[in-house]
Amino acid sequence: MGAAVCFGCAAIAFGPAAALVLLTVAAEPLRVIVLVAGAFFWLLSLLAASLLWLVSVRLGGREDAAPLLLGAAAAVLLQELCRFACFKLLKKADEGLATLSEDGRSPISLRQMAYVSGLSFGIISGVFSIVNILADSAGPGTVGIHGDSPYYFITSAFLTMALVLLHTFWGVIFFDACERRHAGGLGLVVGGHLLASGLTFLNPRYEASLGPIFILTLGTGLWAFGTAGGSFRNVLKCLSCKQEPEGRAVLYSALQVPSEE
Amino acid sequence: MITFMNNSDSEEEACNERTSLMSAESPPVPSYQDGLQASEAGEAQAHRKRRAGNSRGPNNIAGGETSGSGVPVRESALENEEEELTLKYGAKHVIMLFVPVTLCMIVVVATIKSVRFYTEKNGQLIYTPFSEDTPSVGQRLLNSVLNTIIMISVIIVMTVFLVLLYKYRCYKFIHGWLILSSLMLLFLFTYIYLGEVLKTYNVAMDYPTLFIVIWNFGAVGMICIHWKGPLQLQQAYLIMISALMALVFIKYLPEWSAWVILGAISIYDLMAVLCPKGPLRMLVETAQERNEPIFPALIYSSAMMWTVGMAKPDTAARGPSQQTWDAAEDGREHLRSPSHAESQMSETRSPVPTRPVSSLEELEEEERGVKLGLGDFIFYSVLVGKAAATASGDWNTTLACFVAILIGLCLTLLLLAVFKKALPALPISITFGLIFYFSTDNLVRPFMDTLASHQLYI
Repeated sequence: MGAAVCFGCAAIAFGPAAALVLLTVAAEPLRVIVLVAGAFFWLLSLLAASLLWLVSVRLGGREDAAPLLLGAAAAVLLQELCRFACFKLLKKADEGLATLSEDGRSPISLRQMAYVSGLSFGIISGVFSIVNILADSAGPGTVGIHGDSPYYFITSAFLTMALVLLHTFWGVIFFDACERRHAGGLGLVVGGHLLASGLTFLNPRYEASLGPIFILTLGTGLWAFGTAGGSFRNVLKCLSCKQEPEGRAVLYSALQVPSEE
Repeated sequence: MITFMNNSDSEEEACNERTSLMSAESPPVPSYQDGLQASEAGEAQAHRKRRAGNSRGPNNIAGGETSGSGVPVRESALENEEEELTLKYGAKHVIMLFVPVTLCMIVVVATIKSVRFYTEKNGQLIYTPFSEDTPSVGQRLLNSVLNTIIMISVIIVMTVFLVLLYKYRCYKFIHGWLILSSLMLLFLFTYIYLGEVLKTYNVAMDYPTLFIVIWNFGAVGMICIHWKGPLQLQQAYLIMISALMALVFIKYLPEWSAWVILGAISIYDLMAVLCPKGPLRMLVETAQERNEPIFPALIYSSAMMWTVGMAKPDTAARGPSQQTWDAAEDGREHLRSPSHAESQMSETRSPVPTRPVSSLEELEEEERGVKLGLGDFIFYSVLVGKAAATASGDWNTTLACFVAILIGLCLTLLLLAVFKKALPALPISITFGLIFYFSTDNLVRPFMDTLASHQLYI
């Protein structure tokens, strides 16, 4: 408890996200706008899901597992629906930007928008999941005093980190699948999301939930990497830092070419 | 969202800019202004006083050039290139406003969450005389509506008074009013704020040190805001005084009244700026008739303003010279167009010819920014601060309101780029903010709390 736990868990949960934002999003205004727009869409989905949950609780008259399962499933499906809505809007934006630009290409590609919107879904989803927990962790208290797990904070942080990364990957895969009308991709994203959410239902048994979720994250990451055009060769090339020989014609001549201004 | 800038718009823009380019060489560029920003002159600034002379600042975005998306004028520019630049600048300007609005909100939320003083109930403003301590819901609602009516009437009266002052050219009065209000903000409210922060963290400070600190802070602030100063320092001061004002509102407005007032003020803003008989619109039109910038206001400007002083014969003697206006001075001319260089009639203006002249082209290539009235900063921060103060320790509500306000601002800037005239910045953001506040507090919070208690993730 205390500031150490608070900052530590915040760093675990949002470290990758913060790095991604600082390195890739913060410098470009358009991407920041896409980031905020994605967050807005996610919030809309959450609103709808909460409404559904509240209604089912009121109708059901009790607040336990069933409405919660229903609420969680509805939340997942609504999030994917909102991701689709985000895709539609960004696609239109992309076309608009392309027509308005001088060379027919928009300043931001759909793939970049896919990545940024996935990241924004991840960040806002992670933030909403963990910020209250972080606020509580900064204060006094004993974790798990009523018999719950004492590892609540750290596991929440890791789960949040996984969720942020998962959303980023899902964003890339989803947009690509929508673009190419590949229903399989869509189905797998929705399925993966339901799986991830479902795994958290096993929660105090962290070996059953955290482990598989991280494996899922890794797998989805590799899949997203492939979708975005990456491959083993690309990685090798990047790691070996080889410079591509530039295809420029070099002029060797005894005569001096008059320098043209 | 940026897609909504359609072709026809940019064509019109390009057209205007081309013709304006031609007339730019000749004095009064009212044609430039009229062409480009016809009613864009609507950088209406309204001064409304809150509490004993504090100015709330204008409520609308002075979208200036490009009305939001600074389009540099290039003589040889292709129409497409201009359009793309419109877009690039459009996105950049959105971010130029996101940053200060976010900073202001961060300051307010940080203060609310840490300093207990601003959440303690300690009396009410005289503008909201009805108390909300009544047991029945109906009575409370009625009281808050009455409070709102009184507050809005005060605002309307102040604005109309200001319009009248402007109409009858009582510039000295207006300047005095502005100076008095910023004096109060920079000295008195800062003193109270500093006192409370020191109390919260249990830090002792002796009076001489306090005096020196407050004196320096306030004096530099007055200079930066009303005269000249580094742009970023001036921006920082404007953010700080907006935050201080917002904190005052958060403290002294009772809960329900605050929400109703926020709603009412966005409606008022909408009407005052857009209706033909609205005070702000009349203000703008009067300024346009006289071809002078609207009276000084507290406006946040995101970039240095450059104007070319080639309009009048007397300045023509000096040749067209570029004058750098301190962003503070900008307040006077939120209309960034050459004709406004003429506004040397204003006494507090002190033109500083810095560079040898230039063509309009060079002028236009300089950074142009967007302007947002301080009133907008204040009310955005009031919304988010109230969400932070009253949402039962919940951070989700605060964050949801924050995102909602940013999206509203983005949409407003988009509309600004489309319509190219002064637009009220409050309605869309406040509407989204209110919707998100109430829905997050009542619907999302129980859901997320239940999920978190079982450590479930969606």
